[in-house]
Amino acid sequence: MSGYRLTSGGLIDRSRPLTFTFDGKRYQGFAGDTLASALLANGVDILGRSFKYHRPRGLFSAGVEEPNAMVTLRSGARTEPNCKAPVVELFEGLEARSQNRWPSLGFDIMAVNGLAGPLFSAGFYYKTFMGPTRKAWMLYEHFIRKAAGMGAGTQLADPDHYEETNAFCDVLIAGGGPAGLMSALAAAQSGARVVLADDQMEMGGSLRGTPLTVGETDGDAWCRSAVAVLSMLPNVTLLPRTTVYGYYDDNTFGAVERVADHLPVPGEAMPRQRHWTIRATRLVIAAGAIERPLIFAGNDKPGVMLADAVRVYAERYGVAAGQRVALFANNDGAYRTVEALAQAGVTVVAVIDPRPDIGARAEATVEASGAELLTGQVVTSARGGRRLTAIEVTPFDPASGVQDALPRSIAVDCLAVSGGWTPTIHLASQASGPARWNEDLAAFLPGDPLQPWQAVGACNGEFSTAACLAAGIQAGAEAARACGFTPSPISVPAVDAEIVCDSILPLWDARPAGHKGAGGKGKAFVDLQHDVTASDVSLAHREGFRSVEHLKRYTTLGMATDQGKTSNMAGLALMAHERGLTIPEVGTTRFRPPYTPIALGALAGQARGAHFRPLRRTPMHDWHLTAGADMMEVGLWQRPRVYRRDGESVEQAYIREARQVRQSVGIVDVSTLGKIDVQGPDAAEFLNRVYSNGFLKLPEGKARYGLMLREDGFLWDDGTTWRLGKHRFLMTTTTANAATVLAQLEFLLAAVWPTLKVAVTSVSEQWAAMAVSGPKTREVLAAVLDDIDMSNEAFPFMGVREGHLDGVPVLVARLSFSGELAYEVYCGAHCGDAVWRKIMAAGAAHDIVAYGLEALGTLRIEKGHVAGPELDGRTTAEDLGLGGMASRKKDYIGSAMMDRKGLVDENRMKLVGLISRDGQPVRSGSHLVLANGESPPRSLGHVTSSTYSPALEKYIALGLLEDGPNRIGEALVATYPLKGHNVDVEVVSSHFFDPEGRRMHV
Amino acid sequence: MLIPCPHCGPRDVGEFTYGGDATKERPDPGSAGAADWCDYVFQRENLRGTHLEYWHHAQGCRLWLRVRRDTVTHKIEAAEIVGPWAAATVRETGNDEGQDVA
Repeated sequence: MSGYRLTSGGLIDRSRPLTFTFDGKRYQGFAGDTLASALLANGVDILGRSFKYHRPRGLFSAGVEEPNAMVTLRSGARTEPNCKAPVVELFEGLEARSQNRWPSLGFDIMAVNGLAGPLFSAGFYYKTFMGPTRKAWMLYEHFIRKAAGMGAGTQLADPDHYEETNAFCDVLIAGGGPAGLMSALAAAQSGARVVLADDQMEMGGSLRGTPLTVGETDGDAWCRSAVAVLSMLPNVTLLPRTTVYGYYDDNTFGAVERVADHLPVPGEAMPRQRHWTIRATRLVIAAGAIERPLIFAGNDKPGVMLADAVRVYAERYGVAAGQRVALFANNDGAYRTVEALAQAGVTVVAVIDPRPDIGARAEATVEASGAELLTGQVVTSARGGRRLTAIEVTPFDPASGVQDALPRSIAVDCLAVSGGWTPTIHLASQASGPARWNEDLAAFLPGDPLQPWQAVGACNGEFSTAACLAAGIQAGAEAARACGFTPSPISVPAVDAEIVCDSILPLWDARPAGHKGAGGKGKAFVDLQHDVTASDVSLAHREGFRSVEHLKRYTTLGMATDQGKTSNMAGLALMAHERGLTIPEVGTTRFRPPYTPIALGALAGQARGAHFRPLRRTPMHDWHLTAGADMMEVGLWQRPRVYRRDGESVEQAYIREARQVRQSVGIVDVSTLGKIDVQGPDAAEFLNRVYSNGFLKLPEGKARYGLMLREDGFLWDDGTTWRLGKHRFLMTTTTANAATVLAQLEFLLAAVWPTLKVAVTSVSEQWAAMAVSGPKTREVLAAVLDDIDMSNEAFPFMGVREGHLDGVPVLVARLSFSGELAYEVYCGAHCGDAVWRKIMAAGAAHDIVAYGLEALGTLRIEKGHVAGPELDGRTTAEDLGLGGMASRKKDYIGSAMMDRKGLVDENRMKLVGLISRDGQPVRSGSHLVLANGESPPRSLGHVTSSTYSPALEKYIALGLLEDGPNRIGEALVATYPLKGHNVDVEVVSSHFFDPEGRRMHV
Repeated sequence: MLIPCPHCGPRDVGEFTYGGDATKERPDPGSAGAADWCDYVFQRENLRGTHLEYWHHAQGCRLWLRVRRDTVTHKIEAAEIVGPWAAATVRETGNDEGQDVA
């Protein structure tokens, strides 16, 4: 117990206490706290266990870079794992749990992993499981994943909802610190539309809570007045709690606004989060910088924290991180922490700095604080079990490094560490050339822009408040000017003298030379979240993984959910040292979106459940529902599967429906077929080039079944096309290919045959369509059609007639998919339901049955008609017994390539019929093998479609079988090994029923 | 990515369907050999740099466009309507709409 609440100070509201639980224990914080500050104030040291070694870990930072303090929030369906405690705003009743510990945080059995250290070093998985003993991975994966890992999500559906929205602006500003606020003011006063997004609960960034005087007031008040001014401007949109996470083409940005994460549950009609797609003419990146740690043994002990985080907890939240604090820093900026702690009355024991000389202001600050100043020294080790108890300090010489001298021990319970600052160039690097190395700051700065953005403030290497404000004005004005506005000059607010982060000594690794090997005393971590140690980097180097890309993947450095925000630079520095190169020579990896983890719900937005994709209903949809149809999804369409009656199974229902069609009459909704209106003087010529069979001579008032091939010669789509006039056709396609056929026709007319005078238009949704089939069809339709002569002579097979059905204009085509006497009736979509009901009423005398997709399939399988399962993109017309429809007398799409050697091979799989010999259903997808052949059997083909045939009173199927037509009469086994399903089948012709087609010609 | 449709103006890439290499010309069925067809149907360069490609404004005007795009930067240098409508339909806008905004 080391952290404690200060009696005054901070932006918290001490009059509004909030209770919360951590691992079931109740604690108290205040409004304005984060979970991290409240836990720190309650003296909670250990917040989690580390990823691989299960070492106790405490709070490390005060922001999104947090590698240690990952917790699981809430419970039940709202459980959210891997939340970073410093960015979780406290609310009344908040529930948080620690992660990756068993059985408890205080006593973790898996901590023995720490003793087995070398076992878990870099490349452990590859070496142990992926090499010669690959099978071992299968055995151990479950246990390893359980031992190394983080929080577990919930299997329950997310009860919250998410919104998506778009914004368009002239200037988007990412980051609401001093630079971002100033940019926004400068751009907004010119009249430009400005969006200002900031990821914290309140804007202000580094100024929040500081006593630094800006203008005429303290920094915090200045921020609030700047925000107040901006919020009154109509051309400004402020987005607090919003992370701009990704930079995309044409200055498009992804951002997530955490609308209700700071509330116990979202309010009524309030989304939990809102996803913004923002298009901006200019982007100003004011993303700030992240402090980086230093490497020494035990640098992961609870109590070792980033120096600026220690300052932030004191100034912003009124929390002391320890009772005896030491600072270990290689730059002046970190001395702000000493200043803040002294101001808050927290004891600073010592300041350790490897530099022989430090800035005068920094030195004065230490003197005023009463701390011992140890220049030219480094911390080589942090000691303590569950909490830091002491540090070891050793002299350092910039020329020869850390001296292997007897260290001096200093008792502390908190060590504030600063290795300098890393500009947050993530967003910039997504749209820039390589990052630029700045030697003075020992940091990478944004590279050259490839899109219209500019970086300002700390992310651009401007580390003082005064510089941020001045550069902010300039950047805001410049961005507005680039959008065509004329900003008027505004003055830079005066800023009190402050300690600035300059004169850095680029020290990364404070381990004594003799202790750098794998056997060094105590682990020194580079990546805290992924438990990557400094010796892992050396190991990667020894084993040849030396490029930064290899280093990252081999050691997993920087690949945790924090994406290496605190660890990347140290990793690069260590590898540069190993290779004897400079950091810029080693280079850096590119950052990819998202900047911080994003809830999948925010990306999904409203597109979930029924809203996941559009739903298409046919004009007769309501009738189907009323009739009790089991609806099924076919692409986006809802189609009746079967119309079950009381107590019927699906199979019983489709058998009844199909039988009734063959015995009397049935009706099926085929409105989902693709329908394309083809018009123009060259329409017949065009169709003749896209279908493999002839269409030039199709007479008016006639329909023809056509096959379309792909350019590579394989079969693509089929359907009937009706000639309605000299220059007018109605083409139908399969339901599945409706959109792609239209796009292809449009392509051919635009790019391949631009001289053809043809226009194509989708009319799929304009026509309702129903097929009426069965021996009684003629009588039923004759009773309702006003003006079409239904006699066989007047209206022959494949004829098309225009007329009226009880006054409704209709198109009737005599087509048969079922093999029965059948007609398709088309009418305007708005009349579909009425026409359907009229046919149903007229058919009542003959017990007309509405049938669904199952019976439709049964009827066509009995006839051996092909459909989607046979038109699978790998079959040719010849394979499906339709070779006669592939003309040899004309050129058409696919004709040039359909006779390639492999496509005309005698042994290709060809369409056959299959009859179950033992009364068992044949499962689609089964492979066809010899009954007593080799073991394991070779697949000779597979089953494509199967059904029970009421006409044959047997289970039958269609299949594709090698050399199929020559195997008719053979006995094979249809095997489905995944289900242990084997059925004896006989190979027959695919025309099971009425092969002469007598029934449809009556 | 925004595609400057000459008919509709700049539109989000989500409205378009990619149509592949626009430099390939369909061989003349009367004279082309197997190699020509193989090249037309199967052979595609994976270019780094400027690429001429088809885009179908499927959720817009439904015109096919020929777009000159840099595969590295995604910058679009030009977009034109393919086919018989190419000449007739350039939109009169009076500003630079229809030009690349990147």
